[in-house]
Amino acid sequence: MFDGLDAIFLARAQFAFTVSFHFIFPAFSIGLASYLAVLEGLWLKTGKERYLDLFHYWIKIFAVAFGMGVVSGIVMSYQFGTNWSVFSDKAGPVIGPLMAYEVLTAFFLEAGFLGVMLFGMEKVGRKLHYFATLMVALGTFISAFWILSVNSWMQTPQGHIIGANGQFLPGESWWPIIFNPSFPYRLIHTGIAAYLTTALAVGGVGAWHLLKGTGGKHARTMFNMAMGMVLVVAPIQIFAGDEHGLNTLEHQPAKVAAMEGHFDAHPDGAPLILFGVPDSEEETVHYAVEIPKLSSLILKHDLDAPLGGLKDYAKEDRPPVGPVFWAFRIMVGLGFGMLALGLWTALARVRGKLYDWKWMHRLAVVMGPSGFVAVIAGWFTTEVGRQPYTVYGLLRTADSASPLDAPALGASLLAFVVVYFTAFAFGTFYILKLMASPPQSHEEPLEREETGPMRVAGITPGPARQGSGPFPAADEIIRGNRSGSTNEGEDK
Amino acid sequence: MMGISIDLTIVWAFIIAFAVFAYVVMDGFDLGIGILFPTIEVGTERNRAMNAIAPVWDGNETWLVMGGGGLLAAFPLAYAILLPATYPLIIAMLLGLVFRGVAFEFRWREDRHRAFWDFAFAGGSLVAALSQGMILGAILQGVTVVDRAYAGSWFDWLTPYTLLTGLGTVAGYALLGSCWLIWKTEGKCQEHAYRMAWKAAFATFALMAAVSLYNVVLRPEYADRWLHPKQIAFAAPIPIITAFLGIWLLRTLKQKREVLPFWIGIGLFAMGMVGVGVTIFPNVIPPSLSIWDAAAPERSQIFMLVGAGITLPLILGYTFWAYWVFRGKAIDQAYH
Ligand code: HDD
Ligand code: HEM
Ligand code: HEM
Repeated sequence: MFDGLDAIFLARAQFAFTVSFHFIFPAFSIGLASYLAVLEGLWLKTGKERYLDLFHYWIKIFAVAFGMGVVSGIVMSYQFGTNWSVFSDKAGPVIGPLMAYEVLTAFFLEAGFLGVMLFGMEKVGRKLHYFATLMVALGTFISAFWILSVNSWMQTPQGHIIGANGQFLPGESWWPIIFNPSFPYRLIHTGIAAYLTTALAVGGVGAWHLLKGTGGKHARTMFNMAMGMVLVVAPIQIFAGDEHGLNTLEHQPAKVAAMEGHFDAHPDGAPLILFGVPDSEEETVHYAVEIPKLSSLILKHDLDAPLGGLKDYAKEDRPPVGPVFWAFRIMVGLGFGMLALGLWTALARVRGKLYDWKWMHRLAVVMGPSGFVAVIAGWFTTEVGRQPYTVYGLLRTADSASPLDAPALGASLLAFVVVYFTAFAFGTFYILKLMASPPQSHEEPLEREETGPMRVAGITPGPARQGSGPFPAADEIIRGNRSGSTNEGEDK
Repeated sequence: MMGISIDLTIVWAFIIAFAVFAYVVMDGFDLGIGILFPTIEVGTERNRAMNAIAPVWDGNETWLVMGGGGLLAAFPLAYAILLPATYPLIIAMLLGLVFRGVAFEFRWREDRHRAFWDFAFAGGSLVAALSQGMILGAILQGVTVVDRAYAGSWFDWLTPYTLLTGLGTVAGYALLGSCWLIWKTEGKCQEHAYRMAWKAAFATFALMAAVSLYNVVLRPEYADRWLHPKQIAFAAPIPIITAFLGIWLLRTLKQKREVLPFWIGIGLFAMGMVGVGVTIFPNVIPPSLSIWDAAAPERSQIFMLVGAGITLPLILGYTFWAYWVFRGKAIDQAYH
């Protein structure tokens, strides 16, 4: 049934499918882990019950998202070998150690402290629990560091030598490999993307409960924090994206030509195509709506600067134009949408109406998932735009694939689709369900949920709240604080 | 120069072997509990069983990433050959692990769906365990390699031998899982675990013995490894110690010891691992790909060794701490 499709295409489709699914969860868990650390930190500092409630509220959502991130990530670490075995053999000596560092410095850190973060608040005391939360947040960030270094090396390879057997081998020093030219840009842009994505999701939930009048002070706090983040970070992201694009122009000009939809070279000032329908066959953009010379202004900071086009490259060296062109526009469009939302909330703040303007809240709800869309669109721009290479300019995608036949790849792709859609659809449903119920005062911690388990007890199973953990004194403090309704009055 | 690189390759072979071993015993007991799940009573008993592993399974599973990622980093060619050679098994394992992993969170989310996620938990664990055992078998029986690539056909991995190694792994994991439950639970759940451990122990012994005997006839060079007069003094203690451990395990189960059976179970797996080492070393992929053929260049090895040297002790330290925090018996429900 899959004989008609070629194996390379199926391998790419499978990789794209599994990695896109995977990235949705890290984009959320990187941001959410930091948000949880902030909430717990605020609680420790101010003692305000509100922050602890929000912590317990979001950690349930975090647990579900993180679980899906882990299982889809395990799949990724084997996809290199199953789908791109020739690539693995050739590039393994360079990228393998970076990914090994990711396991050693990030995955173990996250996983090791996760159990304590989720279930251990009453066992280890506040300080140590906060430390665990910080370690999980740090782990997610370190993980992004290494994997993006790997990906960036594939985009802008440097620092390697090519061995007699055709392998990429590390050169004298690892620094140029790790800090390759596109890495700093990609790290910043993707890191900010994760924070934006989370802020929009949190803000969307806050706005939802504000609209329904269910969330009380918790919804206000969430919305306030999230929109503050969006306001500050959205403009930074646009600036970072612009810088990223300039860097890409330097190292992967064909990708930028595809993003811009420029088939022809423009020796004296290229137009910015806002919309249009690119057509690779006829090498033109139909129905183009364009602003003369603006592209040269953005990319070269000069109205008349010359810009190359796709026709400068042989057809077999060009990336597919349509997906890159569209994905890029979706990302940028959403980026400006986020900026608009941030500005609107700024105006509302000035007027003292942050919790009142219904249409603004509605927009925030609609924009809730927009970060996920922008993130996936961004990756499609990056990855499709670097085709037809896996290691840019050096190793073609067609020469990277495993010796597998189309039916094997097709069957497994089908299995992935079925399993992912079942498992992750349920997960998304559970997350939405958790989001739909408002945060409560005295929000139940994960380990003491009514429906859920008391997952594990200390040495004396009975009343573990009576300081049965290794740090009874600290437990006393927690209990003291949790029952301390004295804080209730101060925040309306 | 040459001397150093040979040493490092062996060092890395041991590090990867350690990661695989750590994975097998740690996720082994998680998967074992999954395999036994259908025999555990619905309700309190199942909740307890789940609670006995919920805080640690993620850390345990990370050793699998370490094993796979480490293989890519230290022996890229072995990774590039092995994954296509056992493709369907790898995919099955990964999908099994997806179901088993999400079930940890999902089963608590909605009462109506609990039966479904319990089924996914058990099924996922079983599929993952069976695939892992069969992958081991597929390596041991040898892989066809031409020009740095897998050159066999689709179903080379499917033989009576790999079925035996697969079932052996399932039985062994079930043994570890039941021993862990003996340690971490009490009352009805623990009694049930004693009964299951007894059964799983016999199944494990039978399958271990069958695989060992099969090994000797599997490839002519393996017979030499175990039976050649020069080797036998070195190889014979392995089955002898294994048999001793087996008898000791049964005794401790009879005496209703709580902690010891688990550690003896780990000892059995360690002997299995040593046995595999004796059988294939210094190949990573029999019959002909040695660890030196597959090794990454020295620069990659050194770079990683620095990181591993610093981080592995830390990792072991905080892993131990996490287990320590959740020491004691698991209980079943909220205490309000
Ligand atoms: C920018 C961030 C980012 C990107 C681009 C990727 N990941 Fe990821 N990954 C994470 C950020 C992350 C994370 C936030 O650190 C996760 C999410 C949940 C978790 O446990 O860690 C994670 C989990 C995770 C795990 C499970 C770790 C565990 O057991 O705890 C593996 C094996 C991978 N990833 C592997 C990959 C591979 C092979 C990728 C590329 C193809 C990849 N990830 C892209
Ligand atoms: C997590 C976010 C990522 C997403 C959403 C993503 C998306 C994609 C997509 C859509 C493709 C298919 C391109 C095509 O077929 O035209 C692809 C290919 C690929 N990507 Fe990524 N990617 C991500 C991260 C990474 C990372 C971090 C790496 C490297 C470690 C990577 C390595 C590859 C490889 C090896 C291929 C296959 C060869 C190719 O088609 O280029 N990707 N990815
Ligand atoms: C409107 C402003 C934005 C601009 C100008 C912009 C620009 C870019 C460019 C040029 C790339 C491709 C770089 C390359 O492949 O070499 C990229 C990739 C990406 N973008 Fe954006 N972007 C913007 C907004 C956003 C937003 C709002 C998000 C998410 C919330 C986002 C997430 C990403 C991601 C995840 C990637 C792929 C990883 C990477 O290469 O950094 N971007 N962006």
